[in-house]
Amino acid sequence: MNDVTRAEIAVVAVAELFRGDGEIVASPMGTVPSLGAKLARATFEPDLLLSDGQAYLVDGDGTVEGWQPFRRMLDTIVPHGRRHVVMGANQIDRFGNQNISAIGEHGRPAKQLLGVRGAPGNTVNHRTSYWVPRHGTRVFVESVDVVAGVGYDNVAKAGAAAQRFHDVHRVVTNLGVFDFGGPDHAMRAVSLHPGVSEAEVGEATSFPVDCAAAGTTRTPTDGELQLIREVLDPQGVREKEVPS
Amino acid sequence: MGDKRTTVDDAVAELRDGMTIGIGGWGSRRKPMAAVRAILRSPVKDLTVVSYGGPDVGLLCAAGKVRRVVFGFVTLDSIPFDPHFGRARENGDVEVTEYDEGMFGLALQAAAQRLPFLPTRAGLGSDVPRLSPQLRTVRSPYDDGEELLAVPAQPLDVAFVHLNRADARGNAQYLGPDPYFDDLFCLAAQRRFVSAERVVSTAELTEAGAVQSLLLNRSAVDGVIEAPGGAHFTTAAPDYGRDEQFQKHYVDSAKDPERWPSFVDRFLSGDEAGYQAAVDRFAAEAVA
Repeated sequence: MNDVTRAEIAVVAVAELFRGDGEIVASPMGTVPSLGAKLARATFEPDLLLSDGQAYLVDGDGTVEGWQPFRRMLDTIVPHGRRHVVMGANQIDRFGNQNISAIGEHGRPAKQLLGVRGAPGNTVNHRTSYWVPRHGTRVFVESVDVVAGVGYDNVAKAGAAAQRFHDVHRVVTNLGVFDFGGPDHAMRAVSLHPGVSEAEVGEATSFPVDCAAAGTTRTPTDGELQLIREVLDPQGVREKEVPS
Repeated sequence: MGDKRTTVDDAVAELRDGMTIGIGGWGSRRKPMAAVRAILRSPVKDLTVVSYGGPDVGLLCAAGKVRRVVFGFVTLDSIPFDPHFGRARENGDVEVTEYDEGMFGLALQAAAQRLPFLPTRAGLGSDVPRLSPQLRTVRSPYDDGEELLAVPAQPLDVAFVHLNRADARGNAQYLGPDPYFDDLFCLAAQRRFVSAERVVSTAELTEAGAVQSLLLNRSAVDGVIEAPGGAHFTTAAPDYGRDEQFQKHYVDSAKDPERWPSFVDRFLSGDEAGYQAAVDRFAAEAVA
């Protein structure tokens, strides 16, 4: 199928984040991450546990298979670490620090956002990835205003207890897939989505991103496309998050 | 046996300026909104508000009741941001202690267990310690020697929570899918008020739900308030879901300082019965 949309590429790229995760709780935030996690479970990671967004763990057909209220999430699921979260980000820097708290000086911010939420705990307890639907210089900044999600430089400064389970895995955007495998854990491109150029990524990022080793993000298989279009998202909500 | 039934206004009359109050629920979910509305009607001010924040925080900030917010987030769930809280922060009108969500729970748990602190990994390496320089770390005395964040206990002067059912003595029950942290709020507080959709006989509690749904026993409650619709416009599942239409009206009104006074006039200038009647009229108009 050659009419694959950018949103569908992104859904598959997010699904790939969960490859090899096995029987853990996948916690995707946002439309494309949710579709990606469901796609992974429906295809190559059938043992993933997924929440309904409230207090239930649900199977692919909606059958409730467990109870996961917020308290249990914070008391045991997160600290126990059998979890992979895909969070959003208002800002991300080159070492994987993330901000969802506030823009500007924290004492009197230019823009109050959510607050740090669970980002500090997530990032020091288990694998964390990020989803950015609009890759731009306002998101990918030299330095985040508030460190909510902990990046590689800050976790190193914070010591062994912080580093022990820290694992900022990847960032998926509407342009490509990135990790922190560069020098000193700098962000670098793993793959660019079909049709995206290195220059486009460079212009949309406030710090240099090494794209030298980047391949092209794989396109969905016919089976995956059918699942996305007919089963997981027949209304096409994904196209609102990532316009073609 | 003690009958602890009281009114929301009598409960709020116990508040004093400068107190630290805990507000149960989570985001825009099962918030004790009738108690929040009673605080709006009262003269109390300079409160420290401890909350997994939602419109409770926004309304109290808008009314100038708040000196400090202790929070992990403030969100309306289906709408990401509360405009009043945003404005209060951006104008520098309130001080904040911003915690990771898990740290926040541990702060209540430490208070509930009468411990000075509880250790956690959450917060290490983030800006949470930088922004709250009173925070300290603690080193494990065992061979691992790990240095963890020591979350100080967050005791509360007063806690307000809203549950689905309670008896007159203060046994109280949630019937929805999530207890949130309402028991911890009560255990961390000196004075504890539970509002409920219905106050029923003790026997009816276990008719309505499994015994595990009895979140609060009466030793954790000082006052019981019957407040049907008392969580409105947040969820109180299964009694009712979030009033999304009303929440949107709240946000639209809150975004515009010129529109907000008319919202206050219409909904927040009378007593709780007046609020509920105005909400009914709003819903009827929206249908018409």
